[in-house]
Amino acid sequence: MQTHSYDVVIVGAGGAGMRAALESSSRARTAVITKLYPTRSHTGAAQGGMCAALANVEEDNWEWHTYDTVKGGDYLVDQDAAEVMAKEAIDAVLDLEKMGLPFNRTPEGKIDQRRFGGHTREHGEAPVRRACYAADRTGHMILQTLYQNCVKQGVEFFNEFYVLDVLMTGDPRTDGDVRASGVVCYELATGEIHVFRAKSVVFASGGFGKIFKTTSNAHTLTGDGPAMILRRGVPLEDMEFFQFHPTGLAGLGILLSEAARGEGGILRNSEMERFMERYAPTLKDLAPRDVVARAMANEVREGRGAGPNKDYVYLDLTHLEPAHIDAKLPDITEFARTYLGVEPYTEPVPVFPTAHYAMGGIPTNIRGEVLRNEEDVIPGLYAAGETACVSVHGGNRLGTNSLLDINVFGKRAGIAAAEHAATVELAEIDEGVEVPTVELLQRLRDRPATEDRIADIRRDLQETMDANVQVFRTDETCRKALSDIEALKKRYETVAVQDKGLRYNLDLLEAVELGFLLDLAEVVTVGALYRRESRGGHFREDYEARDDVNFLHHTMAYRTLPGEAGTEGTEIRLGTKPVVITRYEPKERTF
Amino acid sequence: MTAVAERNEAPEAKAEEVPSFQVTMRIARFDPDSDKGHRWEDFTVTMHGTDRVLDALHEIKWHLDGSLTFRRSCAHGVCGSDAMRINGRNRLACKTLLKDLNIDKPITVEPIKGLPVEKDLIVDMEPFFDSYREVMPFLVAKGQEPSRERLQSAEQRERFDDTTKCILCAACTSSCPVFWTDGQYFGPAAIVNAHRFIFDSRDDAGEQRLEILNSKEGVWRCRTTFNCSEACPRGIQVTKAIAEVKQAVIRGRV
Repeated sequence: MQTHSYDVVIVGAGGAGMRAALESSSRARTAVITKLYPTRSHTGAAQGGMCAALANVEEDNWEWHTYDTVKGGDYLVDQDAAEVMAKEAIDAVLDLEKMGLPFNRTPEGKIDQRRFGGHTREHGEAPVRRACYAADRTGHMILQTLYQNCVKQGVEFFNEFYVLDVLMTGDPRTDGDVRASGVVCYELATGEIHVFRAKSVVFASGGFGKIFKTTSNAHTLTGDGPAMILRRGVPLEDMEFFQFHPTGLAGLGILLSEAARGEGGILRNSEMERFMERYAPTLKDLAPRDVVARAMANEVREGRGAGPNKDYVYLDLTHLEPAHIDAKLPDITEFARTYLGVEPYTEPVPVFPTAHYAMGGIPTNIRGEVLRNEEDVIPGLYAAGETACVSVHGGNRLGTNSLLDINVFGKRAGIAAAEHAATVELAEIDEGVEVPTVELLQRLRDRPATEDRIADIRRDLQETMDANVQVFRTDETCRKALSDIEALKKRYETVAVQDKGLRYNLDLLEAVELGFLLDLAEVVTVGALYRRESRGGHFREDYEARDDVNFLHHTMAYRTLPGEAGTEGTEIRLGTKPVVITRYEPKERTF
Repeated sequence: MTAVAERNEAPEAKAEEVPSFQVTMRIARFDPDSDKGHRWEDFTVTMHGTDRVLDALHEIKWHLDGSLTFRRSCAHGVCGSDAMRINGRNRLACKTLLKDLNIDKPITVEPIKGLPVEKDLIVDMEPFFDSYREVMPFLVAKGQEPSRERLQSAEQRERFDDTTKCILCAACTSSCPVFWTDGQYFGPAAIVNAHRFIFDSRDDAGEQRLEILNSKEGVWRCRTTFNCSEACPRGIQVTKAIAEVKQAVIRGRV
């Protein structure tokens, strides 16, 4: 085992992690620990754009952006946080341009902007051009630009190091003076355990879309950060809110950007009807994602799905000029050709909703500090990006606001972590802090061979989540998922890994990741069962209306203490947290 | 060893139904923890419709041999993790459909060449990233920062568009015969990433980069075999980019 000491340790090297690192490493001694190479992170898969009220092509302002974010999030957004994000969006985009990001340009040479779902002028009057973009590769350009600047600045990376545990000086559920003290990780190349002591730890470890079968998420998005943090007694916020992106390639889940609709693409059912006109008369195909995804799923349910099994709808780009498609949407049209053999110039593309983004996550305030309950922070512990819940996305994130979130709150967390590190000494860590991690790995390695497989348990988990906790949910389906998850957890307790080696043992790590997925799927389902209303991405067929009287609050899911009873026989206790409302009183959403 | 597995998942609905089929994957194995050395191993799996090479590798890892080791993440050709040599050609496993290969014969899968093999299909990527970092792959802009964005015309932006697409998968560099024999050569990917900044109107360090690439291990080692252009999964015209850098070196300016 090796021990390292840093001022700041950042877990994850996607957009939020690297944006934090650029701030932190110029102020404090910083290590970035990532289970992939930084440029492999899933920020690179984001396509459409990053919104900011630059007003480069038409009138716009940050207040409209704030309103759209709050309304798009179905009023579960903390409005102080949304205001910070919309205001700082402008500098966040300009910062990236100065770092070298090759945005598309207007004829005057300014950063070009285009339309995106839910982004409007004058509080919902009409779509506005707010999304700054680089073709349909905006996430790729952000990831590359941030990595380039990390190289320029000499940021220290530990690549292919898996963080498996977070260290704190006490239990956040019971110790008022608890603070972060470091992380334990596993070096993929050697199988060696490393303890990183740190004054500040920033989690920027991404999402957990792999709890679902049909997802736009990478294989590696297994929610390691939130899961390990939950096990240590930190709550997770609003986990029942998961976004299903309307346009995944049918059967595959690969993302086709909303930019396709921003550039004029139209959704059609088997009768080639533009059905969004019935669901959202004003914004039509550019309504927020939860509205569009539900409309698509409903068309299929009512028998108007296309294809041999009538189980998808069409994204129609055939009325757009091929040159326009090539200039603005080159990558996604290539995906359609490569993976479905469909030519978007002349044929409509089969699409269906795909699990895309976790609105919930590790609760933080607007400085990126992690909360241990409704109001108290854990000094030295920070989170940013998809892994965090500030909450700027509420019940449903608007397109482009994730690339914005990682830049605004990644920067804030990086600054706050470095500033905190300047004021404290390293916390003492106990002898043997690595033992739980070593034992976890040893158990998985040492078990006798089984017929059951890690991959089969994971597939069964993903199938029950797709069947029961997806776009449509009911009391019955959530209970079914919970009992399935309990059974899968039992299987997980006995399953063995096949690779017993030390070097590059990805078999072992897939097993650890499955443990994280099982825990998070349970939290998502417990929250979905509890929330007897429909709001944003969470839709309960047995409670179709939003219920502000009983549910205008965030959920906070805690791992129970020994002896404490949990919800529905699980080890989860649900608490709540008030929503911050400043300017905009909740009202009915129409689009 | 030959093993056969059935997949118990129902085939997913596709735009066009392609029937399931059996395919043999012939994989170059290397286990650093054993003394077996480098060897080939065959696995026969039942695959479906529009499955990709990556799906076949997963089928083997998840149901036949958990020790089979390879990198992958996004599984749709944007993260650059799974470049490998498939039937002798560098490709991304997640972008190569089985039905587009000849499945009557075993499909060979090897690690990319010219970088040290660590385990099975995993190579040491550090030498590759070292070369990348040497070419100053970041914007260097002199003078005072403007308060808003720097202006750049659509034409100026278009000038370096092709080389912004690079995902650092190393398919190009590890397809280059010069790189195989001379590990010191920067390789196509590093030159592509230098090109991306040399031809960016906002950048002021073009001359420094040209000097770096004019060195002994720089652009002049390129023998224009076009392997790199054929290998690029992003369709970057790599050889053209290298030629443009060569021209710039000769002229002494961009």
